[in-house]
Amino acid sequence: MADLRINLAGIESPNPFWLASAPPTNSGYQVQRAFEAGWGGAVWKTLGEPILNVSSRFAALHYNGQRVVGFNNIELITDRPLEVNLKEIYETKKKFPNHAIIASLMVEPKREKWHEIVKRVEDVGVDGLELNFGCPHGMAERGMGSASGQHPDLVEQQTYWVKEVAQTPVIVKLTPNITDITHTARGAVQGGADAISLINTINSLMGVDLDTWHTIPHVAGKGAHGGYCGPAVKPIALNMVAECARHPEINVPISGIGGISTWKDTVEFMLMGATGVQVCTAVMHHGFSIVEDMIDGLNNYLDEKGITSVQDIIGQSVAKYSNWGDLDLNYRVVARINNDVCINCNKCHIACEDASHQCIDILTNVNGEKYLEVREDDCVGCNLCSIVCPVEGAIDMIEIPSETPMSWNERQAAIKEPSCSSS
Amino acid sequence: MSIKPNTISISAEDIQSNFNEVNPGLTKKEAIEEAHRCLYCYDAPCIKACPTGINIPSFIKKIASGNMKGSARVIMEANPVGASCARVCPTEELCEGACVLNNASKPIMIGDLQRYATDWAMKNQELLFKAGEPNGKSVAIVGGGPAGLSAARELARLGYKVTIFEAKDKAGGLDTYGIVSFRLPQEISLWEVEQVEKLGVEIRTNCQVGKDISVNEIMDQYDVVVLAIGMGNVPMLGIEGEDLDGVYDAIQFVEDTKTKPLTDRFVGSRVAVIGAGNTAIDAATCSVRLGAENVTILYRRTAKEMTAYQFEYEFAKQDGVEFRWLTQPVRIIGDEQGKVKQLECIRMELGEPDASGRRRPIPIEGSEFVMEVDTVIKAIGQTRYVDLIEAFGLEHDNGVVKINEETLQTSNPKVFAAGDVIFGDNQGEAMVVSAAEQGKQAAYGIHHYLFGRKNESSLAG
Repeated sequence: MADLRINLAGIESPNPFWLASAPPTNSGYQVQRAFEAGWGGAVWKTLGEPILNVSSRFAALHYNGQRVVGFNNIELITDRPLEVNLKEIYETKKKFPNHAIIASLMVEPKREKWHEIVKRVEDVGVDGLELNFGCPHGMAERGMGSASGQHPDLVEQQTYWVKEVAQTPVIVKLTPNITDITHTARGAVQGGADAISLINTINSLMGVDLDTWHTIPHVAGKGAHGGYCGPAVKPIALNMVAECARHPEINVPISGIGGISTWKDTVEFMLMGATGVQVCTAVMHHGFSIVEDMIDGLNNYLDEKGITSVQDIIGQSVAKYSNWGDLDLNYRVVARINNDVCINCNKCHIACEDASHQCIDILTNVNGEKYLEVREDDCVGCNLCSIVCPVEGAIDMIEIPSETPMSWNERQAAIKEPSCSSS
Repeated sequence: MSIKPNTISISAEDIQSNFNEVNPGLTKKEAIEEAHRCLYCYDAPCIKACPTGINIPSFIKKIASGNMKGSARVIMEANPVGASCARVCPTEELCEGACVLNNASKPIMIGDLQRYATDWAMKNQELLFKAGEPNGKSVAIVGGGPAGLSAARELARLGYKVTIFEAKDKAGGLDTYGIVSFRLPQEISLWEVEQVEKLGVEIRTNCQVGKDISVNEIMDQYDVVVLAIGMGNVPMLGIEGEDLDGVYDAIQFVEDTKTKPLTDRFVGSRVAVIGAGNTAIDAATCSVRLGAENVTILYRRTAKEMTAYQFEYEFAKQDGVEFRWLTQPVRIIGDEQGKVKQLECIRMELGEPDASGRRRPIPIEGSEFVMEVDTVIKAIGQTRYVDLIEAFGLEHDNGVVKINEETLQTSNPKVFAAGDVIFGDNQGEAMVVSAAEQGKQAAYGIHHYLFGRKNESSLAG
């Protein structure tokens, strides 16, 4: 049984699984049920000025019969009075003293507003604060959320104001709706953030109804861009986490968010530098109970690897995430088809033929049966065939012994230097 | 759907409901889930395994994408009787048998998906094709079964003026009259007939060639003729008692269940069916559904040699049909009123293989026994319309018309042939889907013969 406890910038929780600030953390009732189910922490749905919401507000992307591969919303921060939320946070913390409760905050970019709300939430016993500089819709039009979050100086400024009064760790939640997330991450760090969390949702339009021509979702016939999340955004989130994790100036813990649904996603985010993760869409899809397998699976994984504490995996893959110019130009893999496993759907053939380098031949053996073979000399090792192959083990990407490694950067350096052998 | 037990208490409503289609078809959700399982193989083996070459991955992907009209069109384009075939094809031996997922997980339910798409087209009353620009040539098609309809559909799209001569009251042939309602309701076949009619094809029903119109008239009035006359009734057993009341021809018997009010005279009775092909199975399962108390199939060989499809065999067993192998009837015994009372049989054993490659059954001397039966249904094959073939002056081999296998042209260049009339030893297989393909090929053969165009490039949408 591995130790699953984490400590993120001083915030302790019994496991790395937190609920992200979102509909599942809207009330004491929900957060308490979540803790009972096993969640280690919860970021309370963003507190701020009570706001008005619209109907409807959610939409989802279903793909090839799989429901909710992507999800979006045009819901705003909490629409419950601050006093009610504070009372419920207090009660919940009292019932679950060992679980992490973090208050997500969003106010106007004014110093006294930040000071006021920070004091009020810290009074009820939260373990930390998360500044919401991320929501792309609704609040942004009032200068909040991603309207602030897209400006590194505004992020820095407001983080600084919070840090002036905060007694608990401050996490800054970043928006992905920006060209280079490390700019705003640096702003947060320079403002004194104790940690960053990412990503918030991505600007999106889920769809258009083919019959009514309304947007999906629509509010009385009109739509607005929403915040995109769910499994489909995981690669984007993981990249942003990795970019922050490997950046030398961003030396604070990271709380990973974005499409995390299973213990496997969690391990990936933690290997790429996250100290823990926050989950929302998967819970909205399946309920709080999914955490049972997340805990169990993570624990079994760590035991199997002989790792005693989950914190030992944090950042282990960061150094492997590099720049294109550092990749070895001489490294080579080729596809090899295992005809004992291949079911002859020929998807690899047509993918290679139409979209890659035309190196998979359909041949006929002595018994008149069709089989597939890769002309390895012509294979560029692009992986496309193994990606489209529907059968496990039918196509292996085989490493080919190669010359001395040389990256683009090394090559450029070698060209610049005068050759020793030249006369 | 479960059938009512064969007890004496069975009501007329029970009998009626016993003939409702057994397979309820896929729900929308089932169809879409199943469609999403398809790998969309390149050079897919299922296409090659389909005698009509339906682009199966294409029609399945269209179901997945919600393009139902497109899906139905892909099916019906390749197979003008694709709605019937979705129900009657031995899919596990054809498309589904070839599916690459057979070993990886389980094959795609291609037949059920095909039915889902064609049912959609039927329900939405979609006309999927239109007639081509008239090309000035006329074709007479003798026989409105699957082969004739298929030829007519393609010829109409190529711009021919087509007339079908059909002896029965309705077109559709085997699909309309010969396949039990609980597997293929008549309205499916009639929808396919209607699709052909809507292309301007004239169907003269109740018109028997050689009686209501002469062969010469047809040969004179049309540029080309397609002979698609299928096969006739079950031949005689050649044993004593065949003329007794209670002896039926299986084909006629099945036809009656599709065209006449269902009878209650089988309730509680004992039925013996002679033969073990698909028609025998149909006759047996119909008997069960009509309320027969005991239905036995008698076959002179063993389960290994029978010609019924495996799924038909399983279906019959589930209906409670008993099989008695290595048994041959030798005499039907009647009572004083001339009604069937008993069937005398003899036991057989298998000897050397015969011309069909199957081991020849040999009677075991002195093994005769008598069964108490009320009904005997003969299902030992089908006769051929040799007289009509000869009236057209065509070369044939025991009623199997000789053709150029590529063009389906007969010994008379003006006459093409398709369907069961060209099915015989070493020539094709008697399936609805094969007949449909032959009809199509005959149409292309004609087009090539008259205009030198070999393929279907000039087909109308």
